[in-house]
Order: sequence, then C-alpha cells, then structure tokens
Amino acid sequence: MSSTPLLYGLCAVALFAIGLLGAFLHSGLLTRLLAVNVSGSGVLLLFVVLAYQGAGQRPDPVPHALVLTGLVVAVSATALALMLGRWLQRPEQEPEPETEQDQE
Amino acid sequence: MMDSWLFDVVDALLALTAVVLAAMSVLGSDQKRSIVLFIAFGLLLSLIWARLQAPDLALAEAAIGAGLTGALLLSALPYSTAEKGACRQQRAWADIAFNRALRGLAATLIAGVAIAMIWALDDGRLQSVPFTVSEQVFGHLPHSGVGNPVTAVLLNFRAYDTLLELAVLLCVALGILALGQPSVPVVAPGPVLVLLVGILVPLLVLMAGYLLWVGAHAPGGAFQGGAVLAAAGVLLLLSGHRDAWLPGPRLLAAALGAGLFLFIGAGAAMTLSGAVFLEYPEGWAGAIILLIEAMALLSIAVTLVLAYLGGPPAPSPSPPARHTDVEGH
Amino acid sequence: MVELLAGVLMLSGAVMFLVGSIGLLRLPDIYCRLHALTKVDNLGLGLIVAGLVLRHSDPRLAIKMILVWILLLASSAAIAHLIARQALRRESE
Repeated sequence: MSSTPLLYGLCAVALFAIGLLGAFLHSGLLTRLLAVNVSGSGVLLLFVVLAYQGAGQRPDPVPHALVLTGLVVAVSATALALMLGRWLQRPEQEPEPETEQDQE
Repeated sequence: MMDSWLFDVVDALLALTAVVLAAMSVLGSDQKRSIVLFIAFGLLLSLIWARLQAPDLALAEAAIGAGLTGALLLSALPYSTAEKGACRQQRAWADIAFNRALRGLAATLIAGVAIAMIWALDDGRLQSVPFTVSEQVFGHLPHSGVGNPVTAVLLNFRAYDTLLELAVLLCVALGILALGQPSVPVVAPGPVLVLLVGILVPLLVLMAGYLLWVGAHAPGGAFQGGAVLAAAGVLLLLSGHRDAWLPGPRLLAAALGAGLFLFIGAGAAMTLSGAVFLEYPEGWAGAIILLIEAMALLSIAVTLVLAYLGGPPAPSPSPPARHTDVEGH
Repeated sequence: MVELLAGVLMLSGAVMFLVGSIGLLRLPDIYCRLHALTKVDNLGLGLIVAGLVLRHSDPRLAIKMILVWILLLASSAAIAHLIARQALRRESE
C-alpha cells in the first residue's frame, strides 16, 4: 500500500509549485495571498503524508498537531495581510486624530 | 483487501481534482472566481485529510481553511484593486520583456524545486523512516489526561507550541485592533437571513461547546470549536449586528488575552509545586487541559471574528459617536 | 441484502449530485440553476444519508445523520433564497 502516500506526496509538491507560481505571476494582493495559501496547503499536505503509516495503523499525531497549528496561524496571517493591504490603500486625506483615538 | 484498488481510484480522483482546482483558482484572472474555487479546493482538501486518517484536521480545514479563509477573502474583494494588466500597453517594451524574463526565470526555478522535491519523495524514505516520537506519544497517552492523541500532543506534550500559537493570535488581534477599519455590511438583511441566523447561531454555539468537550477523547478540540464559534460571529455580522455581540474594549481585551494568559498562568502555577513550567500533575491533567482549552476557544473565536470584521467593533453607527463611546467606556 | 440496498441508495445519491452538476453547467439562468441545484442536492444527500443509516445499524448515529440532513435542508433553502434575492437586486440596478 505504498501508492497512497506517494500519490498525495506528488499532489502536495504540485500544490506547492502551483501556489508559488501564482504568487509570482500575479500582481494583486488578494490573488497572491490566495496563491500563498494554496502553497501552504501543499506543505501541510506533505506533513500529513509523512505522518501516514498505512491503512491499518494509527498515524503519527505530532505532525497532525503541527499542521493544526499551521492552519490556524495561516488564517490569522491572511487576515492580518488583508487588513494591512486595506490600510495601505486608505485615502491620504484621512485625518490623523481619528487614528490616534482608535488606538485605545 | 479486494477493494483496495477502489481506494486507489478514489485517491487518484481526489488528488487530481485538488490539483486542478488549485490551478484554476490560482492561475485565473477573475478574482471572485478564484476565491470560490479556493473554497471548493479547501473542502476537497478536507476530504483528503479524512482519507489520510486525520479527522481533526478535516474538521479544522472545513471550518477554518475553507470556510473562514474563503469568507475573509470574499469580504476583502470590494477593497482590492484590479490587476495592473490594463495599463500594460503603456509600458516600455523593455519593461515588458524584463517582466516576462523574470517570470520565466521564476517558473523555471519553481519547476526545479518541484523536481527536487519529487526526487526526495521518491527516494524511498517515505515508508522507511520510523517516527519513533509517535511510539513515545502513544506510550505516554494514558498519563496525559486525554484520550485523543492529537489533543494530547497539542495541549500536553507540546503545550509550549500551542502557547506560542495563542501569542501569535493575540499579535494578530492587536494589529487588527490598531490599524483596521471595520467593514460594514451594505445591505439590510431580509427576514429569511434573520431567521436562518436565529436557527444557526444557537446550534453553532452548542456545536462549539460539544467540540470542546469531545476533543478529549475523539476528534475535536479548542481550535475546531473556536472556528465554529467564530462562524457564529460571522453570521451575526452578516445579518446586521454590527459588532457581532462583541463586548466593549475592556472585556474584548480580556477575552482576547484570556487564552494566552491562562495558559501562561497555569504553566507558571506548576512551577510553584516544584515541577517544570507546563508540567501538569498526573491526576489533574485532564481538568487543566479542559480549562485551558475553554479559554483558548474563547480567544480563538474572538480573534477570528475580529479578523473577519477587519477592525475594532463599532458599537454605534456614526463616527463622532464612536469616538465618544471609546472614551466613555 | 441490506448492504446491496444501502449501496444502491448511496449510488443513486451520487448520481443525483452528478445530475445537479450537469444542470449547473447546462441551464441558462441563475434562477434555473439554483432551483435545480438545491432540489437535487438535498435529495442526493437524503439518499446518501438513507444508505448510510441502513449500513450502520446504530440508532444514535442514524438520528444524528438525519438531523444533519434536516439542518442542511433548511440552510440550503435559505441560501438559495439569498442568492436569488441578490441576483434579482443586481439585475434591477
């Protein structure tokens, strides 16, 4: 049963390459973030493939925990990046005191 | 196992569809289409996790990876600039040629990295490297206080990693509070949406609590529960509650920091009795883990709702009133 | 015998999903597509749930799966309404 990990391993490498390619080819922030997320999913898939021990046995839980952490950190980093992108595009005549009063 | 070839067919279909969806999503030019295809890719990835015997990851991917990330990207869609392709004919030919050469170089390098990774995979090490740490994990599982090995690793054996992850989430929340501008839903909700949210939000809260409780002995846990609770908050936002029932600034800060500081406090309390930081006493480990997970669920949910909101919650509609509210709290 | 019936039910559920996807591709209008997709997907999921209920004879699991199906019925109907409402609003602008 060695074909399952190899198949998903190839899938993981393909996802990583596709995501990285998209991050280089596009110029908008949104699509680049999406591409980086796809690339990250490829890396996480590689982790889980390495943790897979075969059909009957329990998989290794340590990479599962690392991937779970990675998923949550990825979504929060995406949110921060989107917020920063919006902040960078704010109109320049936004009055400064409003920002100071927001920083509670 | 006479039906193992069926599983191989299913695996091949899953892997192929995932790669095709990812390619269509990433290499397309319509942003909305890319996001929707990304959500579909996330759901397919959740199926792949289930196929690779990672049900906790399947739950988390469906809730966080496909659901919340897709919702985040969709909510950022109105604010994103269009691709800079329109003004390409105004650029000098040398510029365009350099751009194309650079992209060709990037594609070649990425292809090279991919080939190297495939060669490393096929080297035969996939099955032959024994993961000795997993033996130790399963050996110490009865002493960890929980029955689910992933929860045991996350909250007991590698608790420090989870503590630092909660710190990362807190940093993200602080950044969003400091610099973000909340995105306002433009359309007033109709009665169907209000009814749907009225049915779904209590169910989601119940499900979050259930996932927290069941994470001790079955797939589940604080992260999945936090994502489900955050989905309830996002639904509240979408149906017209401007602040998704988030509390005022002080309580919000308390909710955001609760997970991390309780974790640090619990770990430090262990050193009082002479043990190492975060070393739980054996009889109490299950209860301590549940307490930490409960607070972490709250923090994760509030952070993710803030992330979707994009900024500090606005309790009143007009900006001048918001300033006085911030000072009045 | 029960396994065969369960398999037939699940397979027909999968065929329903396929029919819905063909409808998504071939139908001309967003409203027709919503109509076809919602009905067919709900029925397809109901058939798959029925097949699974037959296959695993645990009543608690069966109740849980049927509840999931009912929840999906309600939410997909509401979502179809929301999408159609949004499309109608966009058309009238």
